[in-house]
Parts: sequence; structure tokens; C-alpha cells
Amino acid sequence: MATFTGQLINFLAALLLLIAFAMLSQRRILSLIHLFAWQGFILALSTTVVAYSTHQPHLYYSAFLTLVLKAFLLPWILHRLIIRLNIKWDVETMINVPTTMLVGIALVIFAFNLAAPISQLADTITRSTLGIAMASVLLSFLMMITRHKAVAQVVGFLAMENGLFFAATSATYGMPMVVELGIALDVLVGTFIFGIFFFQIRETFDSLDIKNLEKLKED
Amino acid sequence: MISSIFSQLFQTLLIVVLAPLLLGWVNQCRAWLQNKRGAGVLQPYRVLHKLFHKDAVLADNASSLFRTAPYIQFACMVLVASIVPMVATDLPFAAAADVIALVGLFALARLFAALAAMDIGTAFGSMGARREMLVASLAEPALLMILFTPALIAHSTSLTTIVEALAHREFVLYPSLAFAAVAFAMVALAENARIPVDNPATHLELTMIHEAMILEYSARHLALIEWASAIKLSNYSAIGIALFLPWGIASAGDWNAVPLALAVLFVKLLLGGAGLALLETLSAKLRIFRAPEFLGTAFLLAVLGMLMLEL
Repeated sequence: MATFTGQLINFLAALLLLIAFAMLSQRRILSLIHLFAWQGFILALSTTVVAYSTHQPHLYYSAFLTLVLKAFLLPWILHRLIIRLNIKWDVETMINVPTTMLVGIALVIFAFNLAAPISQLADTITRSTLGIAMASVLLSFLMMITRHKAVAQVVGFLAMENGLFFAATSATYGMPMVVELGIALDVLVGTFIFGIFFFQIRETFDSLDIKNLEKLKED
Repeated sequence: MISSIFSQLFQTLLIVVLAPLLLGWVNQCRAWLQNKRGAGVLQPYRVLHKLFHKDAVLADNASSLFRTAPYIQFACMVLVASIVPMVATDLPFAAAADVIALVGLFALARLFAALAAMDIGTAFGSMGARREMLVASLAEPALLMILFTPALIAHSTSLTTIVEALAHREFVLYPSLAFAAVAFAMVALAENARIPVDNPATHLELTMIHEAMILEYSARHLALIEWASAIKLSNYSAIGIALFLPWGIASAGDWNAVPLALAVLFVKLLLGGAGLALLETLSAKLRIFRAPEFLGTAFLLAVLGMLMLEL
């Protein structure tokens, strides 16, 4: 039975990696937010499976927190934001999508190689998913780099936080509850602040393109 | 020895003879889904019969390449059909070629199709050949990556060994195989000129790929090409079944399991054909410049599946 839950965790981890790639290739902002919600849902699911298979009661709480915050609340806030900002355009990427994908594959190989020695030292049931967790952190990072628009970058940032959470779960069965609550609050407050920033940026530049922030003075 | 040769001949003939039936079934399902009555599952046989009884017309400047290409394509597909285990893994012929040679056989058939299309020198032929090569050059690496995943699990590149290893194991949830299966479905759609990449029913000059290559063919040559592409569809279905749904395929020398294996195979093919028709009805054809992205995704999934084996 333990092996079956192990396989299930691996399968969910694979789905997380797939979603990270789907986010990287996604051109529409609304689908990006939907994918982010799915990522949160699968994260909560895999945390529940880890909690069940390792009998760690505190992981149930963090799974519940993840489900409420990352699968429902944050996507809902982002959704409201893009309706209020009246964003209709598609997300523009700096490099074209197939090239980004190839870079992404290289990152995955790098992350797997990096995680391999660490996984061999660990004796947790989730040790093999550490590589995937690191890969999804790196892929979210890549997404933040390749996008022009502020909303997509914020989704990338939140996805990176998801990756870090998954890494914590797979390496040490999650962080202490206090830390997790703190991070959850940070993310929530951060999203609100980002929302305010969106409005400010757009008011100043009539666009959410981050490129505008690079100019130091008006010409 | 005699029995394995019999098994070999039986399976090859099964694919070659029943391939048009699968094509007819897919077309019939598509007709039903579009609220049409359809021409019946035997229509491909009638078309083949009609074409074989016509007189061939050849262009004046057609070289011998143009005339021999259909026979080479047909022979390649029959050869592939004799390597893929469908009913039993008892295939003495399969030792001659592993999965990599299999991809090579598909490539050989495609090469001759493209060369023959350019041989006449019409605009459509060369355009179709170029488009076919564009799709193929992206589909082929993806197909190789897909085949490596089951090969790594079974520690062998021989199809019969892979099927033996995958069919007779306890249930293990392999994320890699799921990724590879999705990627395989995408590559199979592209390679068989099915809808998201090419439309098999169209003769619209802007969109056709495969049809543009065979416009100049008639009579027995066209019949052989049509038959070969029907066998190709069956071959891809057989490879998909062998790699990702191998349960029910009889192992070597187990003659009692053969009737059950045959029944299971027919059910799988019926469901697979209906699934293909459903997919084709639901999706729209991609622009030709979107095809690289479609196949790039397949390649990505295949590579991810292979990397996931390391976990």
C-alpha cells in the first residue's frame, strides 16, 4: 500500500510539472489563472496524500490552507483584478513559445541532476519528487523572466511559491506550522499589494508593460 | 517453429486485410457523429476494388521512381505490420527489427512518397512533399523519444520483449507511460494525416498535405497508396495498443490465449477508432504553421516522460 501512495505522489508531482510547462506556454491570461488554480488544487491533493501515508497530522492543515488559499482565494482575487483592470490582450512572451519550452527542458534536466544527490541522502517517501519541485521553481522563474506584463509575472511569482511549498513537503514533510501560516499570510498580503501596484502602474503608463519601469525619466 | 511461422503469417495478413475495415469504421463513426448515414464500413474495400480495375494514367515525364514508389510504400507498411505484435508476441520476424528500425521503415516510406510527389514536377506535388517533410521532421524525434520510454522500462528496444515485459507485470502507476501515451496520440494524429494537422477528406489546395502528394496517382498505384495509408493507421493503432494497453496479448506459444487476445484486440480497435472519430469531429484543423507547436508539445511530453523515469 505504501508503494501505491508513493506512486500516486510521483504521479501528482508529474502533473505539477506538466502544469508548470502549460503555464509557460500559455498565451491567454485567463487560462493562466485557471492553470494556477489547478496547480494549487493538485498541490493540496499531493500534500493530503503525503499526510495520509506518513501520518503527519499537521500536513492536513497545510493541505487545507493550500486548497482554500491557492486553489480558490488567490485565483478569485486575480480574476477580479483582471476584470477590474479590463485586461483583454493576450500575454506576450519575449522569446517564442517553442524556444521557451526547450529552455524549460534544459532547466528540468539541470534541476533533476541537482536534486539527485540530495534525494539519495533522504529517506522520506517523497524524496524522488524533490527534483520536480526544484524544476517547477525554476520554470516559474523562467516564466517571470520571459513575460512582459505585470499580471503574468505575478502569477509566475505565486507559482514559484507553490513550487517552494512542494519542495518543502517533499524534502522534510513540510515546514513548521508557524512558518507556513506566515508564508500564507505573506502571499495573500503580497497579492493585494500587487493589485494596488497594477492600478498605479497602469495609471502612470497607460499599460501594464513592465518595460516602462526601466526608464528613469520622462522624455 | 512451424507454429511461430504460422503465427507470423496470420498476424501480418490480419493487419493487411483488415486495415481498410478499421479505416471504414473510423469514417463511418465520423459520418454518424455528423448526423450522416455514412457509406458503410466496407466502403474502403469497394474503393480499392474500383481502383484496381481501372487503367493507370501516368504523366509523360514520370520516371520509374514515380511508378515504383507505391510498391515501396506498401511493402514498408506490410513489413512494419509483421514486426508489431497484435495478437501474440510469437513473431520470428520481429527479431529482424527493433523500434528504431521501425521508425526508419516509416521514414523510408515517407521519403519515397515525397520523392515521387516531386518527380512529376507539379506545384501541388512539391508543395505537399515539403509540408509532409516539415511535419515529419518534427514528428520523428518525438516518436523516437516516445518509444525510448517503454524501451527503458523493459530494458530492450525489441517490441516483442517490451510487450512481454509490460503485459505481464503487476500494476504499477508509471507517470512516464501516461506522458508517452498522450505524446504518442499526438504524433499518431500528425503522422496519419488526421485532423488537427491534416484533413484526410479535403482537396482544398491551401490546407492539404498528404492528399497534395498523391494527386497525380491513379488506378492500381493510387489503390496501393490508399491501402498503405490504411495499413499505416492500423500499424500506429497496433503500436499504441502494444505499448500502452498491452493487456490481453497472448505470450509466445500460448495458443489457448489467442481467441481471447483476438476478441480483446477487436474491442480495443473498435473503441480506438470511435475515439479517433470523436477527436476529429471535436477539433478543428490547425493552421500549418501551428503544426510545429503541436508536435513540439508532443516532443516535450515525450522528453518529460523519459526524464520522469529517473525519479
